[in-house]
Amino acid sequence: MNAQVNAPAPAAAAPRKTVECGVPDNKPYLHPKFIANYGNWKYHDRPRPGVLHHVSHTGDQVWTVRAGTQRQMDHYTIRKLCDIADNFAEGFVRFTIRSNIEFMVSEEKQVAPLIAELEKSGFPVGGTGNSISMVSHTQGWLHCDIPGTDASGVVKSMMDELYEEFKREEMPNRVHLSTSCCEINCGGQADIAVIIQHTKPPKINHDMVANVCERPTVVARCPVAAIRPALVNGKPSLEVDEKKCICCGACYPPCPPMQINDPEYSKLAIWVGGKNSNARGKPTFMKMVASGLPNNAPRWPEVNAVVGNILRTYKADARPWERLADWIDRIGWPRFFEKTGLPFTKYLIDDWRGSRANLNASTHIRF
Amino acid sequence: MAKPMHPTPNLDQLESGPWPSFVTGLKRMAKDKDYVVDILGHLEHSYQTRKGYWKGGTVGVRGYGGGVIPRFTEIKDADGKAVFPDAAEFHTLRIMPPAGMHYDTKTLRQFCDIWEKYGSGLIALHGQSGDIMFQGVTSENTQPAFDAFNEMGFDMGGAGPSVRTSMSCVGAARCEQSCYDEAKAHRQVLNTFLDDLHRPALPYKFKFKFSGCPNDCMNSIQRSDMAIIGTWRDNIRTDEALAKKWFAKHGMNELVNDVVARCPTKAIQIKQIKDVRKAANISSVALNDSQALEIDNKDCVRCMHCINVMTGALATGVDKGATILVGGKRTLKIGDLMGTVVVPFMRLKTEEDYEGLVELGQKIIDFFAENALEHERTGEMIERIGLVNFLEGIDLEIDANMVSAPRMNPYVNTIGWDDEVAKINAKKAAA
Repeated sequence: MNAQVNAPAPAAAAPRKTVECGVPDNKPYLHPKFIANYGNWKYHDRPRPGVLHHVSHTGDQVWTVRAGTQRQMDHYTIRKLCDIADNFAEGFVRFTIRSNIEFMVSEEKQVAPLIAELEKSGFPVGGTGNSISMVSHTQGWLHCDIPGTDASGVVKSMMDELYEEFKREEMPNRVHLSTSCCEINCGGQADIAVIIQHTKPPKINHDMVANVCERPTVVARCPVAAIRPALVNGKPSLEVDEKKCICCGACYPPCPPMQINDPEYSKLAIWVGGKNSNARGKPTFMKMVASGLPNNAPRWPEVNAVVGNILRTYKADARPWERLADWIDRIGWPRFFEKTGLPFTKYLIDDWRGSRANLNASTHIRF
Repeated sequence: MAKPMHPTPNLDQLESGPWPSFVTGLKRMAKDKDYVVDILGHLEHSYQTRKGYWKGGTVGVRGYGGGVIPRFTEIKDADGKAVFPDAAEFHTLRIMPPAGMHYDTKTLRQFCDIWEKYGSGLIALHGQSGDIMFQGVTSENTQPAFDAFNEMGFDMGGAGPSVRTSMSCVGAARCEQSCYDEAKAHRQVLNTFLDDLHRPALPYKFKFKFSGCPNDCMNSIQRSDMAIIGTWRDNIRTDEALAKKWFAKHGMNELVNDVVARCPTKAIQIKQIKDVRKAANISSVALNDSQALEIDNKDCVRCMHCINVMTGALATGVDKGATILVGGKRTLKIGDLMGTVVVPFMRLKTEEDYEGLVELGQKIIDFFAENALEHERTGEMIERIGLVNFLEGIDLEIDANMVSAPRMNPYVNTIGWDDEVAKINAKKAAA
């Protein structure tokens, strides 16, 4: 055996070995007040929109100022937020699930200058309590491989319209929004969700299928068994029974030649009434209430009109603490459609498995 | 100075309006990065044609099978050359944040330095699975960028059929409603499954989410295969000073309409102080000199509503832990599924308690790995095989808290009924 072969390589040439360290300990990143009062908080209140005031069992207090961000942030924006945290707070921040940033301070007198600096720098302070918080969203055209629309742009156009409601706490209860660029719905359940709804079966590039797709996998993905293997122009490919196809797009991720996205026929649908909290009623899934809206970049005015209309109706009509789902529970779906003016079409009557549970099996009718 | 900008008439319209603009941010970086100039051109092309133009591929770092989301441009000219060559590769690194998404500014600045050097400079805080999304890096720079984050003590998140990056709420760090140490559970559970997280080999994705109370701020019931939602078994705690303060400010109408009437199980009543029941399961608190709230904790379902409204005046109990629910996910392919209860209450106080949580996660993932079909999530698997088979497979006792109602059809062979009754009686006798 050649000894030289077994000799260790020079240190400089050895690739760095990854440390599989997993989720880091969050203790070094916690505000000192969080460490001192960990698990020992007593209550909180909100002195003004965008500000949380937490009091511990020892009497210790911390103020949190919440501000909206664009989520996809350039490093200059993050550095600016860090400057604000260092100069007007105490060097610690955290992010909420809806991409809001939170700054913590130990004294009440730090709150006003911090808010002033944030707003001067273009970051709206709000998103707490009964406000409309930032839209939880996806990647869209910017980065996704299967997007039917953009995400950041839709969100920017929505939040421009809802800016004042983000800064106030004037809604009946909190309002969570989401957007998703395909029916996989990565944006998640929300009081109001905007989701792509395709309306044409996939266009198949038969020259590509055999090279790119594992055909049995694609066949298995279809929820309605509408896809089958086929020989097209002498090449192994796939075909879609277009009468069966529900245009969900599930075949597209495993098989990009089954192009589902279409500039005209990929529409946007609006869903309402998702609630993950157990507060009052059990958690609920959202329901589709509108579809067929055009994918009208760069500002999606038709989508904003429907969302704005639902929000205005809810704000005017719901009682305190009613989430959107609670409100509809009280007034009933017919009046939801009546009050919002949204057409109740046959496409809104569920026919998927388990759907009879969504039909009215009673004479409970509000006249 | 970077190369000249491509015209971006659509994106330009996303610079107006009061909300912070990601386009303005990208443009600022494009002043000295050709990479970002072409990213803007690429995105504008999508806006003009209303289609996406990234395709996946295979890019990774040494030793791991996932965590990098590869993206290669599909906008090519007639000769097959990239129209936006500087943005021909636009991969994302998913990096796991500290539980609760807490940071000091030094760490965030270091992230910025690394990403400015190796990547586009664009960072999403955070992605929908809870990762820090470092967006935009070439294949060549992927490994050195990851090495720099790993050197800081950060590790890759999940992608593909693997255990995914998790999320936990602010929890015990700042919230009075926290019912366990969410960050501890999050870290301990996830770091047990790093092999399954970094080397995708499961039937499909598996998500854990940790919420400290039934408000479920992490949306775990709808979005995770295993939801750990804080709760308590003993009585709601009360604080008279805060209750009187709340009542003085809000009055009887709000108390009745917003608190009592909104209790889903009618567990709350307003009573004269002298009439309040004295029993082990009763919580009560005076609102003024004559009236009090009385809560029958046997009827309370721990929904959180009254505690949310009267924070501090009413509070979670002290015998705390979590309810574990399994199988939540969104539509594809069989329709939306909520997580459903598999453990009504798991105490989470001692080290052994937390180890028990990890063991349960281990059993569920092992069962999932062996029994789920390809591309089938836990909820779909349970729908296919039935909850009882799943529970027997992971060695959990059945409990009436797992159903909203008993069976509604006779289509079952109950030949083993007497044996089951005997087992239940034997257990009762042994207890």
